[in-house]
Amino acid sequence: MARTFTYGALIFLSALFVAPFLWTLLTAVKTEAELVAWPPVFWPEDWRWENFATSWAEQPFGTYLQNSMTVVVLSTIGQVFSSSLVAFGFARFRFPGRDPIFVLLLATMMIPWDVKMIPLYMEFNFLGWINTLKPLIVPAWFGEAFFIFLLRQYIMTVPMEIDEAARMDGANPWQLYWRIHLPLMLPGLVLVGTFHFMNAWNDYLGPLIFLNDQTKYTLPLGLGLFQGRHDVDNIAIAAITVILCLPPLVLFFFVQRYIMDNALGSSVKG
Amino acid sequence: MTDARRFSSRRRPNLAPWLFISPWILGFFLFTLGPMVFSLVMSLYDWPVVGDRRFVGLDNYRVMLTQDPKFWQSLGVTVKFAAIFVPLNILLSFLLAILLNVKVRGTALFRTAFYLPSIISGVALVMIWKWIYSKDYGLLNYALSLMGVDGPNWLGDPHWSILAIIIASLWGLGGTMLILLAGLQSIPKELYEAARVSGVPAWAQTVYITIPMLSPMLLFTFVTSLISAFQQLTIALLLTKGGPLNSTYFFAMYIYDNAFKFHDMGYAAAMSWVMFLIILILSMAVLKYSAAWVHYEGDVKGGGNG
Repeated sequence: MARTFTYGALIFLSALFVAPFLWTLLTAVKTEAELVAWPPVFWPEDWRWENFATSWAEQPFGTYLQNSMTVVVLSTIGQVFSSSLVAFGFARFRFPGRDPIFVLLLATMMIPWDVKMIPLYMEFNFLGWINTLKPLIVPAWFGEAFFIFLLRQYIMTVPMEIDEAARMDGANPWQLYWRIHLPLMLPGLVLVGTFHFMNAWNDYLGPLIFLNDQTKYTLPLGLGLFQGRHDVDNIAIAAITVILCLPPLVLFFFVQRYIMDNALGSSVKG
Repeated sequence: MTDARRFSSRRRPNLAPWLFISPWILGFFLFTLGPMVFSLVMSLYDWPVVGDRRFVGLDNYRVMLTQDPKFWQSLGVTVKFAAIFVPLNILLSFLLAILLNVKVRGTALFRTAFYLPSIISGVALVMIWKWIYSKDYGLLNYALSLMGVDGPNWLGDPHWSILAIIIASLWGLGGTMLILLAGLQSIPKELYEAARVSGVPAWAQTVYITIPMLSPMLLFTFVTSLISAFQQLTIALLLTKGGPLNSTYFFAMYIYDNAFKFHDMGYAAAMSWVMFLIILILSMAVLKYSAAWVHYEGDVKGGGNG
């Protein structure tokens, strides 16, 4: 009885959560006539997959995609590398001021983006970085509080004996980090890489503020401004939206196990 | 040789940890502390993007608080959004987490369905909902019409626009849900077994076991939802552009407009500091008063303060 109710509720609610995705995908392959039909046409008569190609050609989306890829790849490498480096420093050394500095690091997570947005614009303007991809890439090479925290947790689960054994064998701190801990925290690195990839791929406000020129736009910025100008071409907007959603969704399916393991513990059965 | 080096390095002050954490330290000065100090200084100036800046003391703050109705109006929109969104976000996440915590086949699939919307871009989310909210062709009003309800003009009616933004934002509750689900799964099963044996009804188990045991997670999600609610910008910027009749003109949007549309950098910086202070005060207040209802494992009641 209770089980039936749970099932019913889960099926109904998950249908509600998935429906907007399906509706957008269906919209993307419709014809103009089906789009504005009332009552709405759910199942397109013939699936016009060519809508994706024609929509893609309406704007320099290829350029936007290239910019997005540049930002995402270069900043993800930087984020994974720098955050793991810093996490190792906090997890495996004692030094004066370590704990207060770590609290300060955690506190930076509370600072709203709005406070930093204006002075960062001035700073990047001063450096001549406005209208380049640098403001979206370079800061990622200096670590991020949440990721450092997450990786520190991973490192702290590794028994100290492993470090001691490696030191006995003559490993210096860099080798300890590079050869021993980096491979051991691989699940954590996958997680950080994934979360950062998604943040960077999805970011709208950063590109909106730091980029002016259409040739520099990232995909979300390009889509956002395309929608502002072409309020009528809803099929094209739906098609590009589907494309914009794909990388995070595909990535999620590959690393879902790591995300759920991290959140829920490894006892979870997939 | 290595042994000798290890000993000698022990006598010298150890530089290694500082080298490892140096990226963050540098980044903290370059991209956090430096900009924040700079913005605090800017907030004391009349600072146009081009032209001469002029020191005005606390004038930006005074004008904001006493002579700018748009400041209060936009702050009101943000507070209203936060007051509705934050409790709903936690309540719905909690209910979904409870459902997912029941041991039935296929929970992994349902969990994925609830989580997916939280990983897509805010821009994509807006494009998806904009079409669903369409007055004439939208899926939502069609569903309502099946129930005999004449759906409103979601994005064009100032009474409904903020609700439209709240619903679209709630679609992305997956992260909050996952945290609460993790909390539920870490509650020892023995507590429920003991309660069942003593004949405690299910609702009482929820009130006296689940909620107290989950309270640290509830607190954490409350504070993080609050912080993100105050920064709400992307969805409003793209879904309603602040309209109609400024009904979704959020505080963050007013900061953005002041800085990048009206080019009044000093005033915008002052507003951003007001936002930071509000977030700081609210979070501190929540944390302070949470001591009364948050239960930490291993707490000894009255065992010592601080």
